[in-house]
Amino acid sequence: MNTPSQSEKQPIKAADGSQISGATRMRMACLFVALCVGSLLVGARQMEWSQVVLLSGDTWLTLTASRLPRMAALILTGVGLAVCGVILQHIVRNRFVEPGTSGGLDAAKLGVLVSLTLMPAMGKFSQMLFALGFCFVTSLLYVAVIRRIQFRNTALVPVIGLMYGSVLSAVAEFYAYQQNILQSMQGWLMGDFSRVVQGQYEVIYLILPIAVLAYLYAHRFTVLGMGEDMATSLGLGYAATATLGLLLVAITVSVTVITVGAIYFVGLVVPNLVVLHYGDNLKHTLPLVAVGGAALLLACDIVGRLLIFPFEVPIGLTAGFIGGAIFLVLILRGEKQ
Amino acid sequence: MITVQNLSKAYGTKTVLSAVSAGFPPGCVTSVIGPNGAGKSTLLMLMARLSEPSSGDIFFDGKPVKGIPTSEYAKRVATLRQSSDFNMRLTVGELVAFGRFPYSRGVINDNDRRVIDESIEFLSLEPLRNAYIDEISGGQRQMAFLAMTIAQQTPVLLLDEPLNNLDMKHAVQIMHALRRLCDEQGRTVVLVIHDINFAANYSDHILALKGGQIRFNGPSGETITEALLHDLYDLDFEILSSERGCVCDYFTPRSGV
Repeated sequence: MNTPSQSEKQPIKAADGSQISGATRMRMACLFVALCVGSLLVGARQMEWSQVVLLSGDTWLTLTASRLPRMAALILTGVGLAVCGVILQHIVRNRFVEPGTSGGLDAAKLGVLVSLTLMPAMGKFSQMLFALGFCFVTSLLYVAVIRRIQFRNTALVPVIGLMYGSVLSAVAEFYAYQQNILQSMQGWLMGDFSRVVQGQYEVIYLILPIAVLAYLYAHRFTVLGMGEDMATSLGLGYAATATLGLLLVAITVSVTVITVGAIYFVGLVVPNLVVLHYGDNLKHTLPLVAVGGAALLLACDIVGRLLIFPFEVPIGLTAGFIGGAIFLVLILRGEKQ
Repeated sequence: MITVQNLSKAYGTKTVLSAVSAGFPPGCVTSVIGPNGAGKSTLLMLMARLSEPSSGDIFFDGKPVKGIPTSEYAKRVATLRQSSDFNMRLTVGELVAFGRFPYSRGVINDNDRRVIDESIEFLSLEPLRNAYIDEISGGQRQMAFLAMTIAQQTPVLLLDEPLNNLDMKHAVQIMHALRRLCDEQGRTVVLVIHDINFAANYSDHILALKGGQIRFNGPSGETITEALLHDLYDLDFEILSSERGCVCDYFTPRSGV
């Protein structure tokens, strides 16, 4: 009576899923490098290989002033957004939450707008501080609201986030209307990497330390995802860890919004794809989430640059479209199971 | 080991626990029993420090627990609640490894690995080690959570209705495991339980609550009596003893309820 009988053990496939295999790592690395090379080669100006080798001429200038910064920005933004998504999903304990479905992106936009009108001379730094402040405060509020709701339907949580985001967006638009900058606002805030050139984007490198910090805290964020009671039983300071997580998200979101604009769905699709195959243990999966986010954005960007060559479709559109489609497939597949 | 003194808890104007004082004998299984709304789970949550008492104190080894940081308390008292809202996709092995979190904070060493293996071994979960917990049965899931709690290696374990929704076999496995934790490892187990027969047959000590107050508190041999149980549950009990234990029969009352 003290050991489970043989018949009762379910025939469970030897799930080596918890550990990411070496082959998977190799495949991901190859895909990632291929996308990076693709990103460097695609563009309105033809690359001259002879000039690349000689480190001079127009091609070299294109590469260092535009293509390389753009690639770095794409990678960092992808990493940042995907990591943000997975952290938010653990804090809120809902798979369908990301900065775009929790009001975070809208709050950051509002912050940029307020900064532009209140202190237009202050530039990027002030924009970032305002975006950061707005994003952080609104996400604290969102988490507080979600925690007060007793009946937590999986679909309800992101719906509340979308409504919340719409309200913030409406406030932003009303404000922009009053300040007479409504038309230009929509232009800037649509995710777009064509503005990324040397000297304009460097603040995005802030995502690098954020991603490292997120990895160091990966175990704690996983425990956070187990809920407040279980986290406390395991000796984790719940409130402090959740606040740190929200702060990391707010910094990342504000940095990306001021450099490249708002990009939806990356934080949603990549973590969900990774969870499906490799589980929720962030210590193992966070690197994959980060690389996946970068790869998705690189791919979306290449598609955007090729669709109406030599012109560009903003990445906000391509990422929204590709991400949305993948997400729909994920939901439908999930329901079938 | 762990004692509570004059512990009260009120939500708004509703008092769910009033001035409860009790000690929990070390190295024993103590079952907290009583009707719904008696304050059993509230008492356990207060002891686990998952909610704050309105008044009164909890002591661990004579020291008030208020002064112990959360991270330290997790090395002394492990709590297992019902985990129906747990939606993380982890394997059984990974889940059990999180039981070492209070010590490792994420960096597992050789000792942690040994404890994880032992906990899995203790509940015979080896065949399920690489299975995702959202893909196994409710009973196996509960065993996995218990293994995680065991891996925390605390002198005291608190369990809130660990047998809920389990079939008889898994219920027996869980209770048997708790018994062995006390007998073989000298741990103190306190559990809230509804099934009076499991409580009577597996615990050394019974603490009965009703209306937020202690009705009786003592060794199972003295407390599992027809008179006391009738008083507690307002049901007609008949206790049948055999050499394998006892059965508290309340299923068909002799004279209406």
